[in-house]
Amino acid sequence: MARVLALGEAVAELVHDGDTVALEGFTHLIPVEAGHEIIRQGRRELTLVRMTPDIVYDQLIGAGCASRLIFSWGGNPGVGSLHRFRDAVQHAWPVPLEIEEHSHAGMANRYVAGASGLPFAVLRGYTGTDLPGQTATIKPITCPFTGEQLTAVPALNPDVAIVHAQRADRAGNVQMWGLVGVQKEAVLSAKRSLVTVEEVVDELEPRPGAIVLPTWAVTAVAEVPGGAKPSYAAGYYERDNAAYQAWDPIGREREEFTRWLNDLTGVKA
Amino acid sequence: MNEYTADEMMSVAAARALGEGTSCFVGIGLPSTAANLARRTHAPNLTLIYESGCLGAKPSRLPLSIGDGELADTADAVVSVPEVFNYWLQPGRIDVGFLGAAQLDKFGNINTTVIGTDYHDPKVRLPGAGGAPEIAASCKEVFVVLRQNKRAFVDQVDFVTSFGHGSGRGDRERLGLRGAGPTLVVTDLGLLRPDPDTAELTLTELHPGIELDSVVAATGWTLKVAEDLKTTPEPTERELSLLRELKKAGE
Repeated sequence: MARVLALGEAVAELVHDGDTVALEGFTHLIPVEAGHEIIRQGRRELTLVRMTPDIVYDQLIGAGCASRLIFSWGGNPGVGSLHRFRDAVQHAWPVPLEIEEHSHAGMANRYVAGASGLPFAVLRGYTGTDLPGQTATIKPITCPFTGEQLTAVPALNPDVAIVHAQRADRAGNVQMWGLVGVQKEAVLSAKRSLVTVEEVVDELEPRPGAIVLPTWAVTAVAEVPGGAKPSYAAGYYERDNAAYQAWDPIGREREEFTRWLNDLTGVKA
Repeated sequence: MNEYTADEMMSVAAARALGEGTSCFVGIGLPSTAANLARRTHAPNLTLIYESGCLGAKPSRLPLSIGDGELADTADAVVSVPEVFNYWLQPGRIDVGFLGAAQLDKFGNINTTVIGTDYHDPKVRLPGAGGAPEIAASCKEVFVVLRQNKRAFVDQVDFVTSFGHGSGRGDRERLGLRGAGPTLVVTDLGLLRPDPDTAELTLTELHPGIELDSVVAATGWTLKVAEDLKTTPEPTERELSLLRELKKAGE
């Protein structure tokens, strides 16, 4: 049964130094506020997992929370590069960042295997690319039935998955709709999970097609209104495109970024 | 004569390449602009598929990202990301994959990973693969759109993120890749197509007002030019006004 906790409490309990942590959200419903709480609580040596590390991962990396990143596309969608990510990879600032790089199809299938309780997934991908040469978790496999050469990728089973959703009830059942990305798979593949939601309601209104993570599949739910901003939550608020653009100059310079970080964590410059 | 920029010519030429009634897996940026323009001009029934899970998106403005809410709100179906890749892309259900690139080589191999030959100590770290390797492998054919210059058009890419034609015709078949790979490259200077025998990208069309010398100078390999080099028809007024409307509404 999921417990309804305050965000600070949930992060303190569920996310530990050295953990493998997946904050998923495919453009929509990105758990930004939960990421900020991880920064505030000063977690270190995290292995961060995410298909599309965007600005909240840039912030976590810039804040020195991560020592490793497992990902498939790292950028500021529609804007350009993630400069904190680049600085960490290219210049080890503020700490070195090791990377494990996949394609979207590879990552999606790793979560599917993780959620399915299987050791690996099979896909017809990566053929001819240089990715298998750099990533130890991409291996060729022969189909035992047809003899076709395919690719195997190991299951992802993060210590904790964090996602954002529209609603939960007081028992911790979660409703999520719109672009659902890989969030369900991330939650089901993880050992522990936190779902931040726009609101906790007494009773969930039935919504055809809404993905429901039942309370018994979730460790904790935290009510965090606006918790996906500047990404968006269908039915609640729209994507703040200007905020994504505004991140570019902040992320570009260490000094600007440090000012932003001090503001977030309440450190006086 | 219409006044237009090289970028507008590129978007229009890319849009024209998308046939009515086809399905297209769309990357963000230039491919998305072109695909949305095609829907407003000659291909109203073009099916746009975005890796965020939107099948048959019909956005009224240019999306800023592949997960823009406008795409989900207007799509025929919204599915999970594993479903997009496993059920829709991988079996070869999609006609055209439309990709951008940071680097492209003469055999249409695409790099969006690192600039520099040391993966662990790159000159520039790029966003990475995203959906592109499987789009390049599984769509029936691939169109690439990017601005042409020596930094982007290189003899050999520093990193093969997405496989084009490898080191020449026949490589795809040998590796068991199912799609035809890149069949068209649209740039701000002209159009390139793989040579039928060697698969080397060859200039087949020059945009109006562009000198051949400047295309050769913008290419990092000795550019082959088709014997019957054509000139791309200029953008029509309708194409230009629809493109500008689209761009304006996307701002």
